[in-house]
Amino acid sequence: MKRKKTVKVILSVIFIAGSLFLLQRLLVPKYVSDVVEGGLIAEYYDEEKDHDVIFIGDCEVYENFSPKVLWEEYGINSYIRGSAQQLIWQSYYLLEDTLRYEKPDVVIFNVLAMQYDKPQREAYNRMTLEGMKWSPAKVKAIRASMTKDEKFLDYVFPLLRYHSRWSELKEEDFRYLFKREKVSHNGYYMRVDVKPAENVPEGKILADYRFGENAWDYLDKMTALCKEEGIQLILVKAPSLYPYWYDEWEAQIEEYAAEHGLLYINFLELTEQTGLDFSQDTYDGGLHLNLSGAEKMSAFLGEVLWAEAGLTDRRGEEALAEQWREKAALYEAEKQRQYEELSGQ
Amino acid sequence: MLFTSYEFLGFLLLLFILYYLIPKKRQWMLLLGASYFFYFMAGAYCLLYIFVTTVTVYLLARKMEDLREEQGNYLKEHKAELGKEEKKAYKNSIKKRQWRALLLGLFCNLGILAVVKYTNFAIYNVNLALHLFGSEKQFGFFTIALPMGISFYTFQALGYLIDVYRGTSKAERSPFRFALFVSFFPQLIQGPISRFQDLAKTLYTEHSLDGKMVSFGLQRILWGYFKKLVIADRILTGVTEIVKNPESYGGAYVFVGMMFYALELYADFTGGIDITIGAAQVLGIKVTENFNRPYFSKSIKEYWRRWHITMGTWFTDYIFYPISVCKPMLKFSKFSRAHFGEVAGKRMPVYLSSFAVWFATGIWHGASWNFIVWGLGNWVVIMISQELEPLYRMFHEKVNGRINRNRKTDRPFVLADNGFYRLFQILRTILLMSCLRSFDCYRDVPLTFRMFGSLLKGGNWHVLWDGSLLTLGLGAPDYGILAAGLVLLISVSLVQRRGSVRERIAAKPYPLRFAVWFGLFLAVLLTGAYGVGYDASQFIYNQF
Repeated sequence: MKRKKTVKVILSVIFIAGSLFLLQRLLVPKYVSDVVEGGLIAEYYDEEKDHDVIFIGDCEVYENFSPKVLWEEYGINSYIRGSAQQLIWQSYYLLEDTLRYEKPDVVIFNVLAMQYDKPQREAYNRMTLEGMKWSPAKVKAIRASMTKDEKFLDYVFPLLRYHSRWSELKEEDFRYLFKREKVSHNGYYMRVDVKPAENVPEGKILADYRFGENAWDYLDKMTALCKEEGIQLILVKAPSLYPYWYDEWEAQIEEYAAEHGLLYINFLELTEQTGLDFSQDTYDGGLHLNLSGAEKMSAFLGEVLWAEAGLTDRRGEEALAEQWREKAALYEAEKQRQYEELSGQ
Repeated sequence: MLFTSYEFLGFLLLLFILYYLIPKKRQWMLLLGASYFFYFMAGAYCLLYIFVTTVTVYLLARKMEDLREEQGNYLKEHKAELGKEEKKAYKNSIKKRQWRALLLGLFCNLGILAVVKYTNFAIYNVNLALHLFGSEKQFGFFTIALPMGISFYTFQALGYLIDVYRGTSKAERSPFRFALFVSFFPQLIQGPISRFQDLAKTLYTEHSLDGKMVSFGLQRILWGYFKKLVIADRILTGVTEIVKNPESYGGAYVFVGMMFYALELYADFTGGIDITIGAAQVLGIKVTENFNRPYFSKSIKEYWRRWHITMGTWFTDYIFYPISVCKPMLKFSKFSRAHFGEVAGKRMPVYLSSFAVWFATGIWHGASWNFIVWGLGNWVVIMISQELEPLYRMFHEKVNGRINRNRKTDRPFVLADNGFYRLFQILRTILLMSCLRSFDCYRDVPLTFRMFGSLLKGGNWHVLWDGSLLTLGLGAPDYGILAAGLVLLISVSLVQRRGSVRERIAAKPYPLRFAVWFGLFLAVLLTGAYGVGYDASQFIYNQF
C-alpha cells in the first residue's frame, strides 16, 4: 500500500515537472524570426572556445564588426558577446562568464554603455541575461540589472515571465521547442540593406555630462579583471552616428584610458582611415553599420590588433581553419539570402 | 506583502515548515512572530497602530474581567450580610466601572481609526461648508498613511472588548496570545472579522501535520488565486477603462462596467478570503467563512446575510442591537407608537437603527460620500422591500391561486418555488446590487448619477455585440478566459449547494483528482494576470 502510494507520488512529480518543463520551452520567446538579438548571447556556448579576441558591448559591437573578416584577412579568431542595449555591468559579468571557458588575448569593450548608470528596460535585460548559462556571474548580472518590477524568480523560471504568451504562439515556437537555428556569425548580426545617414540629429543638451559612479565602478572592475588575467583591454567607440557621442564623454574616456594605460580607439574620428561611407555603409541611417561597413571596420581593426596587441596569424591551424571554412559558407549563404530577399522586394 | 506575491508564498512555505517542526506548544508563538513580521512588511509604522490597539484592548478587557472576578468574590464573601438592594447597588457600581473601561477602549481605538481614516474627509466637508457659506478660508489636508487592515483588526478587537463587557467572552490572560488574535496574518489584509470565542478554539491549540487539512488548505488557496489572478485582475483592465473615462464610456458601457465590477469584486474579495481561509487551514486553524454564494440571493436582505457575513453580523450585534435597545430608542419607540400608530410606530425605531447600521457600513468602507450614499442606498432598498412585503405576498397568492385553479395535478403551483421566478429574483438582486455598487465604482456621487442618466438614455446597446468591447483593453482571449472562469465559478457554486466541493473531488479516483487540481494550477499559472506587464493589484478590500 505504502509502495503504491510512493509510486503514485513519484509519477505525479515526474508528470508535473515534465509538463512544466515542456510548457516553459514552448512559451519562452525563440528569437528566430523576430527580435533575433535576443538569441545572440546563448550562441556562444556552442562554440569551440579558443578565441584571440572577445568583443563585449551593445549593438555597436554586434553589428559593426565581422569576425569572419578578421579571420580571413588576419587569421584572428574572435567572438562578439554583445546584445541590444547591453549595460556595462552586463558586459562585465559576461566577461567573467567568458573567462570560465577561455582566456582571450584581447578584450574589446565599446564605451557607449558608459552612458547608463542604472537598470534600463526589462525587455533588453531579458535579451542579454536569458541567454547566459547559470553561473555566479549570471546571478550577479541579474541582480545588478533588474528594474523595479522585475523578480529574480522570473529569471529562474522564465515560465513565470512568459506565462501569458500562450495567446501569441506561432509555428516557430513549436518548431524550435528544443533546438533553434543560429542567427549570428560568431556573435555578428548581419544586415546587408542600405539606408544612408541623412539629417543625423545633434545631441541633446544634458544636465550633467559626467558618467555615473556605477558605470565607472564596472569599468574599473573590467580593467582590473583584465589586468589580473593578463588580458589586453582595448576601449573602442564604434563609428555609429547616433546615439550622439559628446566631446565631454570623449574627454573622460581618453583620460581614463591614459590613466590606466589602455588603448582607446574612437572610430568616429577614423572614418577616413576605415573608409566608411555613411551613404553606403549603414542600414538604418547611421545608427548601425551594414555588412559592407562592418567588413571595412574589421579590415581596419585587424591591422590595429596585429600592430598593437601582437596577435599572430592562425590561419595555418588546420582544425580552426576548417571550422572557419564552415562558418564562412554559412556567412556567404546568409549574405546571398539577404541580397535575394532585397532584390525580390 | 501581497497575497499574490512570490514573497508571500515563500513566507507561507517557510512558516509551514517551521510550524510543524517546532514543539507544538510553541506554534502559536511562531504565528505571533510571523504575523508581526507580515505586518512589518507593510510598513514599520503599521506596527505602532496595531500595538496600541492590542495593548489598550487587552488591558481594558483584563480590567473588566478583574472587576467581574472582584464582584464574584465580594458577593460570595458577603453573601450573608448583603441585602437585595445592596447587591444591586454594588453590581451597578461594578457595571459602571466596566462601562467606563469599555468607553475608554472604544474612544481610544475608534479615535485612532477616525484620525487616520476620516480626518481628511472631515476637512473636505468643513471646506465644502465654508465654501457654501461664502468663506474663502480653506483648511489643508494631512498626509496620513492608512495602516493596512486597520478597520478589520480594530473591529475585531473592539468586538472582543464588547463581548468581554457583556460577559459572553472571557478576557484572555496572556497578552501575547491576545496579540496573536488581533494580528493573525491571514486575516489582517481583508478579514474576516473573527470572534474571539470562534478563533481561539483553534488558534492556540497544538496542531499535528494533518494531510487532509493541508491538502484542503492548499486547494482552497489555489481556488483563491484562480479567482483573484485569472478573473478579478484580468477584468480589472476593462473596469478601469470604463470607470476612468466616463466621458467616452456612457450608455450601455455603464451597464457593462457594472457587470464587470460585480464579477471583479466577487472574484477579488472571495478569492482573497479563500486564500485567507486556506492559509489558516494549512496551519490547522479554522477561520470563519465570510461568504455563502451571495450571488444566488433572492433579495438584497438575503444578499447581505451571505456577503461579507462577519462584517454584517458585527454591525448587527454591536451596532443594531445596542441602538435598538438603548434607552433613548426605547423612549422614541414609545413616542412613535403613541403618535404614529402601533404598526408604523413599531417600525420607526427599527428603521432608525438600520439607518445607523447602513450609515456605519458605508463609512466603514471608505471616507467619502460615495460610500455613505452607497450604504444608505442599501438601506433605502431594504426598507422599501420590507414595506412592499404585503404587496408581494398578495401578488404571489393571486398568481398561485390563478394557476392552481386550472391545474389538474396534485402538486399545487407555488410561485416562490418556481425555477424561472427564482432565477428572476437572483438576476434582479444582482442588478440592484450592481446599480448600488456604481457609487463604489465611480467614487463620485454626482458622476454616478450622471452615468445612470446616460445608461437610461442608452442608444448604444450595439456596443455589446459590434466588437466595441474589444477596445476596453481586453482581447478575445481575455473574454474567452473570463467566460470560462465565469462558467467555472457558477458551476462550483451550484455544486456547493449539495456540500463541500473539495470533499466531493477527494472522493474521486486519484487520476481524476490529480487532473482537476493540476488543471486548476495550470489555469492560474498560464492565464493568471501576474508578473511584468500586469499591474500588481491590491485586493479591493485591503483599502478598507
